[in-house]
Amino acid sequence: MNLQAIKVIFQYEMLRTWDTLFQSIVSPVISTSLYFIVFGSAIGSRIQSIDGVSYGLFIVPGLTMLSLLTQSISNASFGIFFPKFTGSIYEIHSAPISFFEILVGYVGAAATKSLIIGFIILLTASFFVDLNIAHPLWMLTFLILTCISFSLFGFIIGLWANDFEKLQVIPLLVITPLVFLGGSFYSVNMLPPFWQTVTLFNPVVYLISGFRWSFFEVSDVSVGISLAMILVFLTICIVIVGWMFKTGYRIKQ
Amino acid sequence: MQAIVSINDLSKTYQSGFQALKKINLDIAKGEILALLGPNGAGKTTLISIICGIVSPSSGTVTANGHDNVIDYRKTRELIGLVPQELTLGAFDTVWNTIQFSRGLFGKKKDKTYLEQLLKDLSLFDKKNHELRTLSGGMKRRVLIAKALSHEPEILFLDEPTAGVDVELRKDMWNIVRRLRESGVTIILTTHYIEEAEEIADRIGVISNGELILVEDKQTLMHNLGKKQLIVELKEAVSSLPQSLATYDLTLSDDGNKLTYTYDTMSDSTGITALLQNIHNAGLALKDLQIKQSSLEDIFVDLVKEGG
Ligand SMILES: Nc1ncnc2c1ncn2[C@@H]1O[C@H](COP(=O)(O)OP(=O)(O)O)[C@@H](O)[C@H]1O
Ligand SMILES: [Mg+2]
Repeated sequence: MNLQAIKVIFQYEMLRTWDTLFQSIVSPVISTSLYFIVFGSAIGSRIQSIDGVSYGLFIVPGLTMLSLLTQSISNASFGIFFPKFTGSIYEIHSAPISFFEILVGYVGAAATKSLIIGFIILLTASFFVDLNIAHPLWMLTFLILTCISFSLFGFIIGLWANDFEKLQVIPLLVITPLVFLGGSFYSVNMLPPFWQTVTLFNPVVYLISGFRWSFFEVSDVSVGISLAMILVFLTICIVIVGWMFKTGYRIKQ
Repeated sequence: MQAIVSINDLSKTYQSGFQALKKINLDIAKGEILALLGPNGAGKTTLISIICGIVSPSSGTVTANGHDNVIDYRKTRELIGLVPQELTLGAFDTVWNTIQFSRGLFGKKKDKTYLEQLLKDLSLFDKKNHELRTLSGGMKRRVLIAKALSHEPEILFLDEPTAGVDVELRKDMWNIVRRLRESGVTIILTTHYIEEAEEIADRIGVISNGELILVEDKQTLMHNLGKKQLIVELKEAVSSLPQSLATYDLTLSDDGNKLTYTYDTMSDSTGITALLQNIHNAGLALKDLQIKQSSLEDIFVDLVKEGG
């Protein structure tokens, strides 16, 4: 194991966060606060509570997930895309480092960063609502698994993308709609039966549902299924990354 | 010869179907400076990229210090530093961060003293905290060299190190190369400037169309392939070559002032004594003599013409 290499990749990526502090940390805080002011306080006060949870509180897990997914994907994809873009990736290819170590460095950093952002968002939220977490350990489990899975997913996008457009197309066209339609702002039960069924094909529903359960013990689908779904997603990402590595797809000439 | 890098039957066909390397065989001696000469598109970068692990070979093997560079890639890559042809650097990190990153990637512990000295040697120390994107092209090239040397490699590859580089950097670079060689580092550089190879290399390999058409000691190469010309300036111009000199390979300049005699340095007798005697006998008076030796450039142009 080239631990030194993992360490420098990790540090390098974290350093990038400090250099872009505003964009990385301040902007999710601001946008979360705005959501709370608009949805939580202004509109939320006129919306009746859902499953016994006030609306302002109800949207906390979904909002956190929204930031977590976008941040994980954008951090991890950019982290590996940019060296490809500038050509400085040659150095990583020529270093005595395995693909697994590269993965741990980049995905580890992106996931850590998302985790920090997740905590910051929850902290921000606690200024607006009275946050009580029913199952902190489960909450942490979902948080960590989500950060890792979606950072891995972002890493795949970063490897796959060969221009900036491709880098942004998936987060923009796929993730954002899935999160918005994944029950961030409503309970799936509030939808007409047909749309409820459609929603069940949205993987993000399971994430948000499980995450929300760890806060309030209310969920759209059972926690076991939520956990299983996120593990399935994680496995798929690992398989894809493994395949990319084995075949050298978009990695090596 | 103790080979530090050994290349065996190495071929590369890119996904496009283009064959960039054709069965290359080459041993690189420990501690030597080897220059790979060849026109653009000959396959120099491809060869280097395979040795360094950036491009996968289609067939054949490369070993460094006896280790296969695919199976034992950690052992081989640790030994190698690469200065790439293009100015491929990040943008927002500082000089100091980027060289620390490089050193760490190669598994080496932090060493502030070594890295600071390296920056000083490359006249980069005052740019230590500058962002890479703010540097000039020449400075970026220096940073790439610093990155390549950050992990104290035993083998250094320089891919067209002087393309588009100013005189000062060129001088600095050759000083560094010489110093590295003295400390036992093996250096392989590619170039299409012949003077460069002539100036610095111990051995010269010529690549053309993906084939290594020749590897030779620089001295031997120049000696073997070198032709010399003896130029005889006459006191008085002649209108044509005297009959008695017809057997020699002589050309007369347009103004009738100069005779040029081309001969092979390898042959046992160059025929110069006899020629001068004959010139004297033909009644021509000498004003001056001049000897010209063909440069590597002439040799190179000849070779590539034959090869292509
Ligand atoms: N990724 C690639 N795909 C297809 N052809 C390539 C690729 N890289 C280089 N080539 C081709 O291989 C040949 C050798 O290129 P290169 O090794 O860069 O030559 P040199 O460094 O001697 O100029 C060139 O004809 C080039 O166009
Ligand atoms: Mg080249």
